[in-house]
Amino acid sequence: MSVDKQTVAKIASLARIKMGDEELERMVPELNNILEWVEQLGEVDTSDVEPMTAVIPNTLRLREDVIDADPLTAGGKREAVLANAPAAEHGFFGVPKVIE
Amino acid sequence: MTEFTTLGVKDIRDGVASGDFTAREVAESFNAAVADAASLNAFIVTTPDHALAAADATDTARANGETLGKMAGVPIGMKDLFATQGVQTTAASHILEGFTPQYESTVSANLWAAGAGMLGKLNLDQFAMGSSNETSYFGNVSSPWRKEGSNAAMSPGGSSGGSSTAVAARIAPAATGTDTGGSIRQPAAFTGICGIKPTYGRCSRWGVVAFASSLDQAGPMARSVEDCAIMLEAMAGFDPKDATSLNMDVPDWEAALSADLSGKKVGIPREYRMEGTDQAILDSWDQGKAWLKDAGAEIVDISLPHTKYALPAYYIIAPAEASSNLARYDGVRYGLRDLPDGAGLQDMYAETRAAGFGDEVKRRILIGTYVLSAGFYDAYYNQAQKIRTLVSQDFEKAWEQCDVILAPTTPTPSFPLGSLDADPLTMYLNDVFAVPASLAGLPAMSVPATMTTDGLPLGLQLVGKPFDEQGVLNAGLAIQQRAGFAAAPEKWW
Repeated sequence: MSVDKQTVAKIASLARIKMGDEELERMVPELNNILEWVEQLGEVDTSDVEPMTAVIPNTLRLREDVIDADPLTAGGKREAVLANAPAAEHGFFGVPKVIE
Repeated sequence: MTEFTTLGVKDIRDGVASGDFTAREVAESFNAAVADAASLNAFIVTTPDHALAAADATDTARANGETLGKMAGVPIGMKDLFATQGVQTTAASHILEGFTPQYESTVSANLWAAGAGMLGKLNLDQFAMGSSNETSYFGNVSSPWRKEGSNAAMSPGGSSGGSSTAVAARIAPAATGTDTGGSIRQPAAFTGICGIKPTYGRCSRWGVVAFASSLDQAGPMARSVEDCAIMLEAMAGFDPKDATSLNMDVPDWEAALSADLSGKKVGIPREYRMEGTDQAILDSWDQGKAWLKDAGAEIVDISLPHTKYALPAYYIIAPAEASSNLARYDGVRYGLRDLPDGAGLQDMYAETRAAGFGDEVKRRILIGTYVLSAGFYDAYYNQAQKIRTLVSQDFEKAWEQCDVILAPTTPTPSFPLGSLDADPLTMYLNDVFAVPASLAGLPAMSVPATMTTDGLPLGLQLVGKPFDEQGVLNAGLAIQQRAGFAAAPEKWW
């Protein structure tokens, strides 16, 4: 399978990366080279193979059902959470107006 | 006076503990060496005060007769992928420029708790995506090594290229690295140092900027196997904040080091003898076999039949995970925001990400988005995850025949910066020998072995069973003792 400029534009839009015409055109052969190379995986018969889910067997744990089980990631951290926000306003993340 | 910057982790720790010198003297020497090496571009920011404060704390603790930590008095470099409280953390990207974490990553916190101090944040390939350290927003890192008779700047490998350069140039005794598909081992091999990626889950990923979460593992880079063992002990350990963290005790790897490989079987995977591999690499591999045999091991031929599919599978899985992980950079919560006049929310996302990500990062996000998109998911992503199962099963079968695997780390020695940037695929092939162990989550290490005729270091790779870092370190030690690798780059910076 290969991609054309229109497909790359669609993927870029899904990925929320703005790309101009020139950049899209440059990406087309680069992505196609990579996609053509990974096509070889199709040679392998995997009809009886389960896809990998966990590389090292492990079980998911439940944390203790208490408030602030880990104080570091618990509540009451508004200032720390907003400290790196490009536009924190009134204790919230500020974003451009959304009108639908 | 001792030349402190030639000392490694163990020498510094033991010298400080026995009172031969103070941690402060050591930190001052390395701070000066770092300041003098700006032309290598190994550091994005330097933190001399952090190194001095940690050193003073160690000196005080010693004066008070307190028990010192595993890394007490050792100043290290920290790859700029680990969140460090109050110190800019960028992943070498523009989108995180100026980001100052409000918290400390578990691995770095473990190292500080063990008595280490921080010389600075080390440069890397942007979001750890690259094999040459040419994708950083903050400029290329130069290897301290040069080919004989040439002044061309060489690649320190990637993505942990700032780490490999700093340790090889003796401006840090050790550094943290992270390895997703070879990012510790390949740069270690390119610069004549050691680096180990432990079993997936040994080191917490909490506070490490995510690239491909099912593959990312932190590990130490240093100039000896012993130093790697010591530092890995300090970095590793169960962390409830990482869902994939292994709930296992950290072994005393340093104490159990032994270069006697009697009764051990070393597997030589025949599929790793690939076209396009340098003759010098093949020769060094043969040399490695002879060394391990001399250490008492039996050499056995093994087969890892799906080896050739590991790299293409990796270049589906890693970009797929990256496209998902990097969705968080939206210009809302942290990092860069690019908001043109009159733009709406969706425009802001697209503009911010266009301005903030470099070319290689964009390329991988697009590949990842494509292989995960409706209609292509089964053909690409699911097929790649099935191949991953097969690669992993290859190793499981190999362990019925051998205890540890010996292979080259890379197919070529280091190359000049700028020489491979025309085609992303050629660059990807650098990790052809490193990626299979990553896909299988296995511990793997690179140790320096020999030199090319034009004066560049070559590394050998050891891959072990799950949780058997000890077996990997021991085989590495056996090579280290026999290789007697003492070459160091001549200072030109």
